[in-house]
Amino acid sequence: MKYIDEYRDPQLARKLLAEIHRVTTRSWTIMEICGGQTHSIIRNGIDQLLPDAIELVHGPGCPVCVTPLESIERALEIAAQKEVIFTSFGDMLRVPGSSRDLFMVRSEGGDVRILFSPLDSLQIARDNPDKEVVFFAVGFETTAPANAMAVWQAVREGIQNFSILVSQVMVPPAMRAILSSPGNRVQGFLAAGHVCAVMGYEEYEPVAQEFHVPIVPTGFEPVDLLAGILETVEQLEEGRAELVNRYARVVSREGNRKAKEIIENVFEVTDRQWRGIGLIPGSGLGLREEFARFDAEKKFNVSHICASESPLCMSGQVLQGALKPDACPAFAKECTPEHPLGATMVSSEGACAAYYNYHRKFTP
Amino acid sequence: MCLAIPGKLLEISSENGLKMGTIDVNGARTRACLEYVPEIQVGNYTIVHAGFALKIIDEEEAAESLKLWAELVEKGAFDPFDELPSSGAV
Amino acid sequence: MTIEPVCPAPITQHESVQMAHGAGGRLSQVLMQRVFMPHLHNQFLDLLDDQAKLDLPTGRTAFTTDTYVVSPVFFPGGNIGELAVNGTVNDLAVGGAKPLYLSAGFVLEEGFPLADLETIVMSMAAAALKAGVMIVTGDTKVVGKGQCDKIFINTTGVGAIREGVDLSCRNLKPGDALILSGTVGDHGMAIMTSRQGLSFQSTIKSDCASLNHMIGAVLDAVPAVSAMRDPTRGGVAATLNELAAASSVGIEINETAIPVKPDVRGACELLGIDPLHVANEGKLVLAVATRDADKVLEVMRATEEGRDAVIIGSVVADHPGMVVMRTAFGSRRIVDLPLGEQLPRIC
Ligand code: SF4
Repeated sequence: MKYIDEYRDPQLARKLLAEIHRVTTRSWTIMEICGGQTHSIIRNGIDQLLPDAIELVHGPGCPVCVTPLESIERALEIAAQKEVIFTSFGDMLRVPGSSRDLFMVRSEGGDVRILFSPLDSLQIARDNPDKEVVFFAVGFETTAPANAMAVWQAVREGIQNFSILVSQVMVPPAMRAILSSPGNRVQGFLAAGHVCAVMGYEEYEPVAQEFHVPIVPTGFEPVDLLAGILETVEQLEEGRAELVNRYARVVSREGNRKAKEIIENVFEVTDRQWRGIGLIPGSGLGLREEFARFDAEKKFNVSHICASESPLCMSGQVLQGALKPDACPAFAKECTPEHPLGATMVSSEGACAAYYNYHRKFTP
Repeated sequence: MCLAIPGKLLEISSENGLKMGTIDVNGARTRACLEYVPEIQVGNYTIVHAGFALKIIDEEEAAESLKLWAELVEKGAFDPFDELPSSGAV
Repeated sequence: MTIEPVCPAPITQHESVQMAHGAGGRLSQVLMQRVFMPHLHNQFLDLLDDQAKLDLPTGRTAFTTDTYVVSPVFFPGGNIGELAVNGTVNDLAVGGAKPLYLSAGFVLEEGFPLADLETIVMSMAAAALKAGVMIVTGDTKVVGKGQCDKIFINTTGVGAIREGVDLSCRNLKPGDALILSGTVGDHGMAIMTSRQGLSFQSTIKSDCASLNHMIGAVLDAVPAVSAMRDPTRGGVAATLNELAAASSVGIEINETAIPVKPDVRGACELLGIDPLHVANEGKLVLAVATRDADKVLEVMRATEEGRDAVIIGSVVADHPGMVVMRTAFGSRRIVDLPLGEQLPRIC
């Protein structure tokens, strides 16, 4: 596969690993922001091959994991309504609310459908004019252009029976929150390559300066990840803190101008709850006032629904890199992928699930 | 977070007024919206996320970094086939 | 003007399945004669008795049942009928049996096109012929619209277990080699990419096939195979985990050895799905003592279904019950059971 296989070349990967081993002289803690990166690191066992002195901590970059419980509860409430066709990316179906998930709503007769693109949801709305079609618009900046376009297009076509339940979050405010937290251990970041594909990396430059941390936009294949780690370690060893792009085939400084424009037109910055972490000011996107009629929260009047997390779950600390998943007392005991307590156990790229699937020690 | 896979644009079409395209990923074909990559041409590679093409892959940059890494393979201090010390997990 | 009284004769020529087709009356007979008998007839079925009276060979008999509810009913590379015959044939064959007779029970949704039903029945006949089995008894029920999804098929099969063969998932021994008969994930990805709503133009074909001839050839050459499984739902990952658990042994496989077709791989990458978790309907996983592995490979590769057979790993004494994969980079990771339905993901 072009642009994939080259970046999975074991010989190149081992060479980069050898370089990392050569340049590392001290202990460093590096956070990969994006859950996709976590998935790839664990799946390919990259963490096992790094020097012991380098610790990778898994960041909050998984929309499934950080979508707050109350959004899930609102989704469940809407999806259970008779006149509704509830559409979602496959990721969200297994995320547990306080007592059920979307699968259970479906088994009780709710019309819940899995889609690959928000535009497919619009098509369902065109085909079912007598139904209300709702799309669960979760995601980081990468997914925002897709969700924004669905709304934009609904306006252009005058589609009335379509709305989105928004849980859009943004990376830079979360990074700042992590760096400012008193217990922070993170010394360098692999920035999320596909978020940067959309947004560029301008907004990360001041973060790198202000907090004196290297920030390296990085891709998702093993060679990409190793190149990103190598760059970060080199900077740390030399006492530098710069933004260096290691995913140049996909990421440019300014990002995708047209995508940013539509995001800007459809959404506005809001405060947002992150599951397990809490409220991060200015870290979310919500529909602008002029698109309020596409806001499922308003259309179905579910804004009042609130919810609180399982007291056992430590996913907040896991998401901030303060705790390794297997250090959570509930890990692999009360909490498993079959019975997840927290969302980080749900998505296969959630840190807890990734640990569970690939990383348990060999104890029968 | 964001699974985005590189694929090659096979053809351009229009659907409900949106610029759409067929993208080939290793023989599997998917539809993607091309509105965010207006300058794309058939034969270009792009990354696709949630049914949207988000960026045309910069072939020069790709070739450049691969060249750089290849040089690293040439000159590095370690033999790539050496057993690396593992951190003991799994 | 005079009107001649005509007694309105009931319509018997329908285009689609009616409730009355399952009621046991005239229309049921029409369905039998028009759709089922022309394709499936044999000396047992032709008698139209309520049961087939069979002479089974002496020795042990294998007996299995499975119900097929696949959606879509027609998919690239096959349909539900073929699947129902091949699936049950394979369940018999992996137990070391020569499949002989099948039953077929149909649940039809009111309104299902008779032409589609006939196509399905024809594929069942063709699949049975190819596998060398007979469908000797059957049943049809019709349910109201919405009470089932178009058509469900149950097939039950019996087969004669070969003498001197003892296949069991509890038989794996450290040192056994693990052989996979070909590419993984074809069936599951054919189904997933042909479902609506995923923006795919599918070219991926299901691998739906009967394996009994290939398995027969293997057992002729090497009767001492330890275990065989067809990795259907849950894919190769689930099968290997079941084998490791049942035999209390560890399994180690090599990532680079697992064959995946290019388009299947592409679709899996796009949807974020691990090909090892995807269902197959014409593949075999087999464990055999290492000294016999080459012989088995040679026999398998000489058959159509086993052309791409490879050794994917081995059975070890370490980490009993666990499947571990060695990655292309030399690291190791656990291959776990997939969790329920495979969902396409964006993250
Ligand atoms: S293991 Fe489960 S309970 Fe513990 S932090 Fe992870 S999701 Fe929460």
